[in-house]
Amino acid sequence: MTGLLGLAYWAETAIKLGVALVVIPTAALMLGYLFLLKMMAFMQSRLGPTDVGPYGSLQLIADAVKFLQKEDIHPAAADRRVFRAAPVVVLASSFLLFVVLPTGPDAVVENLDTGIFYAMAVSSLSVLGVLMAGWASANKYALLGGLRAAGQLIAYELPLILAVMGVVIQADSLNLQEIVRAQAEGEIFGFGLIGNPFILTQFIGFLIFMISAQAELTQTPFDMPVAETELVGGFHVEYTGFRFLLFFMAEVATAFAFSALATVMFLGGWWIPGFDFDAPILNVLGPVVMLAKILVVAFIIFWIRFTYPRLREDQLQKFAWKVLIPLSLANIVVTGIFKVVL
Amino acid sequence: MVAQNIAFGIIAAITVAAALGMVTTRNIVHAALLLVAVLGGLAANYVLLTAEFIATTQVLVYIGAVMVLFLFGIMLTRAPIGRIPQMTGATWPVAALSALALGGITVYALIDRFGADSLATDNTVFRTADVSDSVFSQYIIPFEAVSVLLLAALIGAVVLARRD
Repeated sequence: MTGLLGLAYWAETAIKLGVALVVIPTAALMLGYLFLLKMMAFMQSRLGPTDVGPYGSLQLIADAVKFLQKEDIHPAAADRRVFRAAPVVVLASSFLLFVVLPTGPDAVVENLDTGIFYAMAVSSLSVLGVLMAGWASANKYALLGGLRAAGQLIAYELPLILAVMGVVIQADSLNLQEIVRAQAEGEIFGFGLIGNPFILTQFIGFLIFMISAQAELTQTPFDMPVAETELVGGFHVEYTGFRFLLFFMAEVATAFAFSALATVMFLGGWWIPGFDFDAPILNVLGPVVMLAKILVVAFIIFWIRFTYPRLREDQLQKFAWKVLIPLSLANIVVTGIFKVVL
Repeated sequence: MVAQNIAFGIIAAITVAAALGMVTTRNIVHAALLLVAVLGGLAANYVLLTAEFIATTQVLVYIGAVMVLFLFGIMLTRAPIGRIPQMTGATWPVAALSALALGGITVYALIDRFGADSLATDNTVFRTADVSDSVFSQYIIPFEAVSVLLLAALIGAVVLARRD
């Protein structure tokens, strides 16, 4: 069984694994540095990190080294095994998301047939880790944070998946490569030069997806689970050192993965106007274009995060169940009608 | 096929161990987490059976939604850390008997129907489109029946939860 470049299956898998293990931490560092440190600082009239490396760009690496050196502390009353497993579950959920993200005609770890459905399934696993962390810490603030996170993620997973449905109906496929192809080969009223990015036809879906993603990532204005002023720090209040680092990495890496999913589904993915869909050169240029689009989407996520105050818990639940879910259902109905009529 | 058989052996061993752990553990949250491991093991076995869509659905519905709700409910009510002295209900022999009976019937039915059949070994994957085609043509009546059943359950839940 041979695939890309004629390598054996195990060799191909090993290479893909290596690339993924380099790409994911790099992506997390890049988002963390660009947006969490520098952009937030500029928006608040500060300079942000300036000392470590040019423009402070190595600050997060220094932070990571610091985290690794810290003592590994368990609370005395904690359930040790669950306490240790929780950050691994959260990080695994975020790593599994990267499996299906396409960055070129062949540049994808595994082109699963169920693509976007798989992504939704594995992203829902992180709640489990959050609940485990909240319970095992033997701390009431941590438990409250975990419960808030679970309630919020259950509420916002529905509009997230329903928003994706519109895209799936329009593209005729769950496969992410096929979704990119549908956009590349689409036409806007007969004008096919730039394809048909689904943000044009699925704008409501895009809005719902971005709002729900913001909630899934527990970013402000949906950051009740980790609200410092109410819960000290939420589910990861008892975590220090490298276990805290795992939570932090998972949070930023998931933000990257969700931006990538939004790029693939609504912004045309890695395809560049003017190229053939299968052109081999896109395996090199595709990741670059994809990264640029991901950074734009991630910029929006963090821009909102640093701009808006926190919602109240009941407002958050009402917004999900009374606004987002009916709206996304209506979106599916309208998309379905157009699909049948056109 | 050797690799699949080895993988099946490992996954099955983990699943059975987790299932036994789930019914014998003295901590209710541990029991729920071990149930997650059992359901995950089943999902892995669906992948080995080339049923990718079923495996993904298993993860999304059972682990991502049902188990999260279970844990949510347990933690919201009473979930102490450490061993609970009395976790086993008085009716456990009945439960064990009915589990054995159900397992026996299932195994008998499967062997009776599929005993000598084997999966195609040419790496075919059942595409999701094929699954949906058969659900919405050949199996449309069972599908509609299940939909109505779920709707009834949904309405029932709303009625029970209403205060007025």
